[in-house]
Amino acid sequence: MIKQILPATLLTLLLTVLLGLGYPLAMTGIAGTLFPTQAHGSLIEKNGTVVGSALIGQTFAKPEYFHSRPSATTDADPADATKTVPSPYNAVNSMGSNAAPSSKAYIESTQALVDQIKAENPDARIPLPVDLVTASGSGLDPHASPAAIEYQLPRVAKAHGIAEAELRALVASQTEGRVFGILGEARVNVLKLNLALDERWPLAK
Amino acid sequence: MNAAGILQIVVYFAVLTAGAIPLGAYMARIYSGERTWLDPVLGPFERAIYKVCCVKPDQEQHWTVYAFSALMFSVVGLLLMYAVMRLQAMLPLNPAGQAAVPPDLAFNTAISFTTNTNWQNYGGESTMAYLTQMLGMTVKNFTSAATGMAVLVALVRGFARRQSKTVGNFYVDAVRSILYILLPLAVVVTLALVWQGMPQSFDAYTEATTLEGVKQVIAQGPVASQVAIKHLGTNGGGFFNANSAHPFENPTALSNLIEMAGELLISAGLVFAFGRMIGDKRQGRALYIAMALMLVVGITVCYWAEAAGNPLVQAMGVDVASSDLAPGGNMEGKEVRFGIANSAIFAAATTGTSTGAVNAMHDSFTPIGGMVPLVNMMLGEVIFGGVGCGLHGMIVFVIVAVFIAGLMVGRTPEYLGKKMETREVKLAVLCILIFPLSILGFGAVAMVLPAGLAGMSAAGPHGLSEVLYAYTSATANNGSAFGGLSGNTLFYNTTLAAAMLIGRFLIIVPTLAIAGSLAAKKIVPPSAGTFPTHGSLFIGLLIAVIVVIGGLTFFPVLALGPIVEHFALAAGTLF
Repeated sequence: MIKQILPATLLTLLLTVLLGLGYPLAMTGIAGTLFPTQAHGSLIEKNGTVVGSALIGQTFAKPEYFHSRPSATTDADPADATKTVPSPYNAVNSMGSNAAPSSKAYIESTQALVDQIKAENPDARIPLPVDLVTASGSGLDPHASPAAIEYQLPRVAKAHGIAEAELRALVASQTEGRVFGILGEARVNVLKLNLALDERWPLAK
Repeated sequence: MNAAGILQIVVYFAVLTAGAIPLGAYMARIYSGERTWLDPVLGPFERAIYKVCCVKPDQEQHWTVYAFSALMFSVVGLLLMYAVMRLQAMLPLNPAGQAAVPPDLAFNTAISFTTNTNWQNYGGESTMAYLTQMLGMTVKNFTSAATGMAVLVALVRGFARRQSKTVGNFYVDAVRSILYILLPLAVVVTLALVWQGMPQSFDAYTEATTLEGVKQVIAQGPVASQVAIKHLGTNGGGFFNANSAHPFENPTALSNLIEMAGELLISAGLVFAFGRMIGDKRQGRALYIAMALMLVVGITVCYWAEAAGNPLVQAMGVDVASSDLAPGGNMEGKEVRFGIANSAIFAAATTGTSTGAVNAMHDSFTPIGGMVPLVNMMLGEVIFGGVGCGLHGMIVFVIVAVFIAGLMVGRTPEYLGKKMETREVKLAVLCILIFPLSILGFGAVAMVLPAGLAGMSAAGPHGLSEVLYAYTSATANNGSAFGGLSGNTLFYNTTLAAAMLIGRFLIIVPTLAIAGSLAAKKIVPPSAGTFPTHGSLFIGLLIAVIVVIGGLTFFPVLALGPIVEHFALAAGTLF
């Protein structure tokens, strides 16, 4: 039986080189050639600076922008490294809230969020969709549902002083349906929508 | 629940079955040592590996030597991975400057990846260097999967051979699993995932300035090459903390389908390969139907519970109805691009198999929705299960099922022409008893020790569910979590590592003992008194045995956790 230790060791070392270096390096080379944008994180540049990734959501607080879903990501507390503080859309620490459905704290904070979002959108024309008041699994969800965008549309139109119908047409151009009409859900990429919004109706600086 | 969601479940099973049948035929050839179309390319490579590593491919092993080889292969890999994590600060390819991984966390993680569990008490993008993800995680994803596949093949040979002293050569089975099955599939899946948007580069973390002028640092890395094998090998350890919920680790609904199909493909294919290798395809088909039926039930219950949503959130005037414009349901911890149906399929598939990747946070599922993954694991990871492990776990249940059927008619039970005698039944029962012993044993200890109680993030029954889920996931070598549990403590790092080792090796060794014992037996031709094991009667009996054993064992603790939480939530009681 002791004879088996040598092949076990040699095979482990050989496979580590083959699968741990050879395979990922080869894949990086091929993928970088075939799909250069995706392989480097689908980054979006505007005027020479990176403004984000098409796949990573970001925080929007201004009333002129469509807002992303809530995010439960955190960061180390600058005052005490053993603790964490909320840091929404922190793309080096992806996480969900992991809140239990029966948690008192969760239900109370959701209620507060519902009240806040309703107050921010007094002219909303549809009921508040659930994805706008729930944190995503990654805390980095780049999308909101078309309903969550429609809910905010009167506020954004008012902030820009434009007609809702015009804005609705822009949103429609940014709305993606299910993949092949079957898979997943309809969605709007919030960063891309806000970039399109900036392009069409630039914010006064 | 809506038609669009149900259609996606149907599409999923169609894709899976269409892939698994041809793959099963191919794998049967690989393990029988037959030539395949990849031989001209990989054959010389395979022989070179044996030569360099001092493996004698023609030398067959007794089951004890086979088991010892599997253990040694695991131990050496475990030590190497531990070393890489401890030394990562001094090694290259660490653009984010990650520090050395602390000893107890490195110990837990090395065991976790060696046992194909891939439980993660760390956040990938905030803890592990690129080199660690490659040399440690990626390599282990291949080797731990290959170990499971090899053990299964040995067991299948036990049925197929007559009066044989040996069950095959472990190193040959492991190398052929990697070279001919896992690696070619991983290459194809990697490229498909990058096409869908998954990063694959060694770029440092990118600093972006958001539209509102805030700095956002975006973690990336060689993600796709690791994620591909993470699913194919039913490993499940994420490159990122949020696992397949992270948009870089699962960018689109199509990548989601690839990942969900990928994690069942080999396990399902092996069921068909089993039928071919024993020379009776009907036997493989029967097991496939039993597994698929249980998976359909799990997906349906989970989808129904999650689509109904959280009654208290609905009471706030929030719209939880699903439509073509909104996913609806319980969206806490879920991503818009997947919605409810895909989160439910993923949750059931990842826990029916021992993958443990998640595309939604199970901790935030409704009580019944979250109970589905828990029950899937408690049933022994036999709903397709881990690559190799799932089917050998299922065959253990088959042995118990034919034993029970034999008791009913007063005949010596047999399966595939092999008589199931005292030794095999005892070993099978041993495999089955390991589960409750580890899950309930460790769970009970955690429930009375302050160090165990301190880890819970939720109060009331959900806190019990978190701890229960952790030890179930570790013992079942699954790796998914109710993520609210603070597992990165000395207590949880150590006890979870122990549960993972028990769940892996205390099942592999008795399974190989069964293989050795079966291989030595004669094959008895079927007679009029033989209980047919390919019909619907047997499928029903098998499912009943699995559910009754799992149900009787775990119902009391489930009643104290998710079931009571469900009724409390309906009554508006919070914790």
